[in-house]
Amino acid sequence: MTALLRSRHAPPVVGFLSLVGLLALVEVGIRVGLINRFVVPPPSSVVASLGRVVTEEGIPERFSQTAFEAAGAALLITLVGVPAGVLLHRFTRLRLAVEGWVAAFAAAPLVLAYPLFLVIFGRSQFTIIMMGFASGVAPVILKTLEGLSGVRRVLVDVGRSLKLTPFQQFRMVLLPAAVPTIFVGLRLGLIFALINIVGLEFLINFGGLGQLINELAERYDLPGTYAAIVFVVLVSVVFFLLLQRIEQWLRPGS
Amino acid sequence: MKGTAMAGDTPPIDARGPGAGDPLLVVDDVSVRFDTPQGPVTAVDRMSFDVRPGEFISVIGPSGCGKSTLFNVIGGLLDCSAGRVTVGGATVRGPHPSIGMVFQEESTFPWRTVIDNVAFPLEVRGVPKAERLDRARQTIALVGLAGFEQRFPSELSGGMRQRVSIARTLVFQPGILLMDEPFAALDEQTRLLLGDKVLQIQQDLKQTTLLITHSITEAVQLSDRIVVMTYRPGKLKRIVRIELPRPRTSDVVSSPAFGHYVAQIWGDLREEASRGMAESETAGRSP
Repeated sequence: MTALLRSRHAPPVVGFLSLVGLLALVEVGIRVGLINRFVVPPPSSVVASLGRVVTEEGIPERFSQTAFEAAGAALLITLVGVPAGVLLHRFTRLRLAVEGWVAAFAAAPLVLAYPLFLVIFGRSQFTIIMMGFASGVAPVILKTLEGLSGVRRVLVDVGRSLKLTPFQQFRMVLLPAAVPTIFVGLRLGLIFALINIVGLEFLINFGGLGQLINELAERYDLPGTYAAIVFVVLVSVVFFLLLQRIEQWLRPGS
Repeated sequence: MKGTAMAGDTPPIDARGPGAGDPLLVVDDVSVRFDTPQGPVTAVDRMSFDVRPGEFISVIGPSGCGKSTLFNVIGGLLDCSAGRVTVGGATVRGPHPSIGMVFQEESTFPWRTVIDNVAFPLEVRGVPKAERLDRARQTIALVGLAGFEQRFPSELSGGMRQRVSIARTLVFQPGILLMDEPFAALDEQTRLLLGDKVLQIQQDLKQTTLLITHSITEAVQLSDRIVVMTYRPGKLKRIVRIELPRPRTSDVVSSPAFGHYVAQIWGDLREEASRGMAESETAGRSP
């Protein structure tokens, strides 16, 4: 038993069992009448409806659409957010001028600006991607800036003592040292992006898992609605695992 | 024996080192002043000494005497306000290729394995991969870490990580090894054992070494001469020549001569350290 608990598989197994335990508690709560089954469906009925939702509601296409939009937004967030954070770190005056605005932008409920995005980009997947990008880019900028600013002075001095060029200093010391913090920003950005992507699919009825949740909720198919939410969580899990792999590749030894 | 002091003597201050040959490193009348909100502060005041090829010199002084400032000036990371530092006769302006620096803080790159950490300076200098890995392996063996090449720093102890830092500096064969309290964060036994390792390396490579330290025993164990600094502003108090036989090991700490040197240097430092403590307490009391 002790050996089992010490194995590297123990944490994920315990995590999974905790989730199962929580769902079992909810199931019991519903069955004994502590939780209203017309608000929260029994987890067993959600699980039972998964197959039906997949076959009848076109889950593969919808999952692919939402995942594609999330991937597009994640790519834009990375390509714009990380270099923008680097620029703010490099130019102190620029940082002083805009850091506060970027922080305010990060906290703004951007989903409310969706009519503006519709006017600018039209009713298309591009609008949804841009909405995800706009809502997720600010934390990446801020965390990139924080990561670069927080690199230990001694590591910079090692680079200086070896006469590294500014580009070598950035590529070989600053950037790898900042990777863990930058990835915290990417995870936050992806969460914000996914919330807004699914939210916009929901609002403008433009396919994807968000629209499916809307349709199932309007049909008052509660198990189906929650089953669709499970697939949104699955998109999130896929991207988080992918980010974890990329981080381990970029920053081994952590 | 001009410029040096035997244990028990009270020598005149003379910064010239013993032995033949021109000095490799000269610290010539160096002062460092900083502007602070409370006004200008002199951290180092007219320090002068030299280091001859193959010598092991320690600079010792109480906390806050400007040792690390001096380390940064000699390493070219900080400009001095007056005076100059020369290496082989050339004035140091910025980091010098002949000076290899080992820092007080843990400074290995956590994302690189031991061998990639050690090979880093060679990678920066464009040495072909096969050659740099070969040289890195040899240097890792030199510091006693053979077998740990593929480990990451997070898998090593503090003492082992500092040995990686030393290997990373030795790998590009610097003319002068400059170390700033590299064992400060380690326990006493590990410090003594690492001192042995440094002594062995210094003797094998005839490595010219300048060590900044606040540990009297470490300085006496390792050095040919010890430069004693005063408390703020850091001035040269005197230079003590250590005439313990070489090759040395940590066994030397049990010899009467060792105790004699330690007592002598503590005699020099006690007054300075007391002054530093008194000033800190006064500053702490002021509103």
